[in-house]
Amino acid sequence: MKQLKLDDLNKIVDQELEFGQAYNYRINVCCSTSCVSLGSLKVLKAFEDAIKEFGVENECKVARTGCIGACSVGPTVLIEPGDYAYSNVTPEKVRQIVRDHIVLDLPIRDMLYESGTFFQKQHRLVLRNAGKIDPGRIQDYICVGGYGALCKVLTNMAPQGVINEVLASGLRGRGGAGFPTGQKWRLVARAVNTPKYIVANLDEGDPGVYANRSLAEADPHAIIEGMLIAAYAVGAEKGYIYIRSEYPLAVQTLQKALAQAKAMSLLGSNVFETPFKFDIELRLGAGAFVAGEETAILASVEGKRAMPRPRPPYPANMGLWGKPTLIQNVETLANIPLIVQNGSAWFAKTGMTKCSGTKCFSLTGKIANPGIIEVPMGMSLREVVFDIGGGVPGGKQFKAVLIGGPSGGCLPEQLLETAIDYDSLLKVGAIMGSGGIVVLDEDDCMVDTARYFTEFCVDESCGRCTPCRAGLPRMLEVFNRITHGQGELTDIGTLEKASVFIRDVSLCGLGQTAPNPVITTLRYFKNEYISHITEHKCEAGKCYTSRYNKEEPA
Amino acid sequence: MSSEKARLATMWFYGCSGCHMSFLDLDERLVDLAKVATLVHSPIVDIKHFPPDVALTLIEGAVANVEQVETLREVRKRTKLLVSLGDCAVTGNVTALRNAWEHGDRAVLERAYADPSNLNAQIPNLVPKLLDYARPLHEIVKIDHYIPGCPPNADQIYYVVGELLAGRQPVMEGRSKYG
Amino acid sequence: MLHVTLQQGGASINPNNVRLRINGSEVAVPEGTTILKAAALNGVEIPTLCEIEGLTPYGGCRLCIVEVSGTSKLFPACTTPAAQGMEVTTQSPKLYEYRKMVLQTLLAERTHICAVCVANEHCELQANANNHGVDHVMYERNWSCESIDSSHEFLVIDRNRCILCTRCIRVCDQIEGAHTLDLKFRSKSTNVIMDQDQNWGQAMSCTSCRKCAKVCPVGAIYIENENIEFTKDRDIAAFLSKRRRRSR
Ligand SMILES: Cc1cc2nc3c(=O)[nH]c(=O)nc-3n(C[C@H](O)[C@H](O)[C@H](O)COP(=O)(O)O)c2cc1C
Ligand code: SF4
Ligand code: SF4
Ligand code: SF4
Ligand code: FES
Repeated sequence: MKQLKLDDLNKIVDQELEFGQAYNYRINVCCSTSCVSLGSLKVLKAFEDAIKEFGVENECKVARTGCIGACSVGPTVLIEPGDYAYSNVTPEKVRQIVRDHIVLDLPIRDMLYESGTFFQKQHRLVLRNAGKIDPGRIQDYICVGGYGALCKVLTNMAPQGVINEVLASGLRGRGGAGFPTGQKWRLVARAVNTPKYIVANLDEGDPGVYANRSLAEADPHAIIEGMLIAAYAVGAEKGYIYIRSEYPLAVQTLQKALAQAKAMSLLGSNVFETPFKFDIELRLGAGAFVAGEETAILASVEGKRAMPRPRPPYPANMGLWGKPTLIQNVETLANIPLIVQNGSAWFAKTGMTKCSGTKCFSLTGKIANPGIIEVPMGMSLREVVFDIGGGVPGGKQFKAVLIGGPSGGCLPEQLLETAIDYDSLLKVGAIMGSGGIVVLDEDDCMVDTARYFTEFCVDESCGRCTPCRAGLPRMLEVFNRITHGQGELTDIGTLEKASVFIRDVSLCGLGQTAPNPVITTLRYFKNEYISHITEHKCEAGKCYTSRYNKEEPA
Repeated sequence: MSSEKARLATMWFYGCSGCHMSFLDLDERLVDLAKVATLVHSPIVDIKHFPPDVALTLIEGAVANVEQVETLREVRKRTKLLVSLGDCAVTGNVTALRNAWEHGDRAVLERAYADPSNLNAQIPNLVPKLLDYARPLHEIVKIDHYIPGCPPNADQIYYVVGELLAGRQPVMEGRSKYG
Repeated sequence: MLHVTLQQGGASINPNNVRLRINGSEVAVPEGTTILKAAALNGVEIPTLCEIEGLTPYGGCRLCIVEVSGTSKLFPACTTPAAQGMEVTTQSPKLYEYRKMVLQTLLAERTHICAVCVANEHCELQANANNHGVDHVMYERNWSCESIDSSHEFLVIDRNRCILCTRCIRVCDQIEGAHTLDLKFRSKSTNVIMDQDQNWGQAMSCTSCRKCAKVCPVGAIYIENENIEFTKDRDIAAFLSKRRRRSR
């Protein structure tokens, strides 16, 4: 097959632009999982019919795209130019939109997404193309500069130069722990053993978090290009994208994208007529939270039970089949083409000095504008919850924000000024995690919340180490007693002791972070525990609190 | 120690009395003990009600019915130091064998009284209501010390009682023994 | 040749010594040696449960945790290689407290009733609990009702006493080569199974070699009508792997 050259990329861009210039409008219909479930495929069809009906099919292009983030008001439709975002679009509304907006050039203000500063305060780097390009067409990605970065590193940069650039950018891993990405690359590059592997982590097992899925459904080629660049930098030959099988649309999108990249010889051997070769395979996970842990993911890719193992040895030296392996979150990888294209200095301008760039979150819970957002590092939690999220709806009182998924921390109102970056969050007992923010209001009980997440971790423990497998269930029993009004004040001490033990002694990140919701709720909301125990009262009305009688258990 | 002798008590709940046997295994050391303590209540002493102001109480056996819960709470109020004596008191042990299989009062009584008989099976209604689970003492009240063992040996008992009566904290490392 | 016999499994053999401090005294061991072994070679004992010489380390029970200077993280001695300049502490009030909690947590996890257990007085969990002064369990105990399988001719497994150390699984796979045993499910439902979760009596791959019963640290796998003192053999894996290496 003929190898692709930079010229060819440019040719595709020219073709596409020419093609695009023929149109005055581009109608982007979100066809991500949540909008599809709200009926966006019917909306797409309705648009295609309507432009024919009005005879404007030569003036406007209807595209099937990924998600713009406003998932609660789907199906969403973004009309360019001008980025008009229509929300709650139904097939019935489509005729009117086409007639007014396209034919008469009068955007319908009433139907636009009223989001306050939902979009203004965001800073979209990773999600730069989300909702604007068709993830099913590689040409769309190339047209916005895609694979240019790959061409640049393959033809103009030495592997070490790429690593230096990533180091200088200050990029840190977006999968949770925030390990400096450049350092990880350097470790893998220096490892002597061959072949080397790359695993892109798209397991995303935290309940309620779907930022990575959204990315894969909107811009799969950004992930693939990031992997290719990483492979060149560390000298890897083979990559795996580990994705949970509960994400069928993302799997399908990635499969299609991989096939297209292969067809254009962007994957395979002699990419861009250089000696570089790299191939990517999808690996479907069975949906265990722990499978996202880096040593468990390796076991799972090898076809074994997804069980973490002690480190050292670290995957950078002994990963897949004992060979050096780079494990990277897909969001981390999607940042790479930008850094290469625009330079590390440009990238480092966003965010904070020690923690550059942006982070995607899924914003859920008691919030006016839930959805997928991307904000610069260092933004305060208050801005995220109130400016972007629009605060708590229904006039209810804000109570806490849970950041970092089931192993994150519950932060109260007085900590809302905390900046979103790895170190500040760690200081107050939360973690960045893989990007979940859940907002809780006065109707949520903190004891019940901590109980819920403990229960989640009990079920997800892999069963290897004592503290997590056998200790977490004991904590859950204590919680069950408290939320059934059968607690005793000594239970608080038991919880405190057990949570510190589980945090310090567990083998992997799951056990080490599982007690975080317990530790933070005990730190910031202890009065709720006490009122549950002594007064058998749950302010939020979540817990069953009949008087307990030990002699006659129910 | 004051010239007055310390008031010592022992009790049993659902145990096999083996721990008390071990207590009696103190043999001649019982004489030493009698020099510093008076036994004010015990299954081996014929006193019906648990007396007040007890310095040290050793309890054998797990708590398995409602009456024992009441008694235990009462004892806790009347004694300064409370010691779980033996595995049944400390873990539930043999008494708790039923915990994993038979849940609830009915099931246990049926297994004990109805199942083995083949004529006129009946469950007596004299026994106090059983708890769903046989429980170790510290799940009901605060316990100050534990002497595990099935049964604990006399040396262990002598050591712990001696230390506690002398106002010292017994050290269990290497001395405690399950089973 | 000394360091060759010290090496376990497929770790690369390197005659280079690393120097480290264990509880303040300086020691030197061949590269690749675990902290546990480095300590043992120098007369420092660290309590273990899942580790057994001759099999790959597992790092699951967490009894062997030690402190390493320069980080607040605790490391399992049985899996962590000794490194140049490391300063290891194997005893401290914190470690002692955590080890007690590991033992309590294991005792609370399933139905351990030592008085009626085959392994009474020959059980590593019981012995460790006794040595650490675990005189009671701070949690309410979980009275498990896992299955007991006595369908094999003479091997019995009582999962209510299993501490999931996987010694039996590893010896079956790595020494006997049968891989009859493995784990199923996760979290508190994790259990040792035979073949595709068959009864032991129907597990075709089992060679009835008894090694699982020999290495089981507790009373979970035992041989019917055999005194457990004669069954248990902590050295079997190390002995056989050493012999096989020599004969190769
Ligand atoms: C229990 C557990 C679950 C995890 N799940 C994920 C996940 O779903 N996605 C992810 O990218 N990283 C996950 N991680 C973090 C990974 O272990 C690893 O740190 C990460 O993939 C490294 O990539 P990064 O450096 O790009 O962040 C998880 C970690 C733990 C302990
Ligand atoms: S902490 Fe939990 S998930 Fe991690 S190894 Fe231990 S048991 Fe498994
Ligand atoms: S396995 Fe050990 S700890 Fe468990 S009951 Fe038997 S002797 Fe006791
Ligand atoms: S059966 Fe014994 S050897 Fe096997 S995992 Fe359980 S405790 Fe360990
Ligand atoms: S002996 Fe090291 S973790 Fe079990």
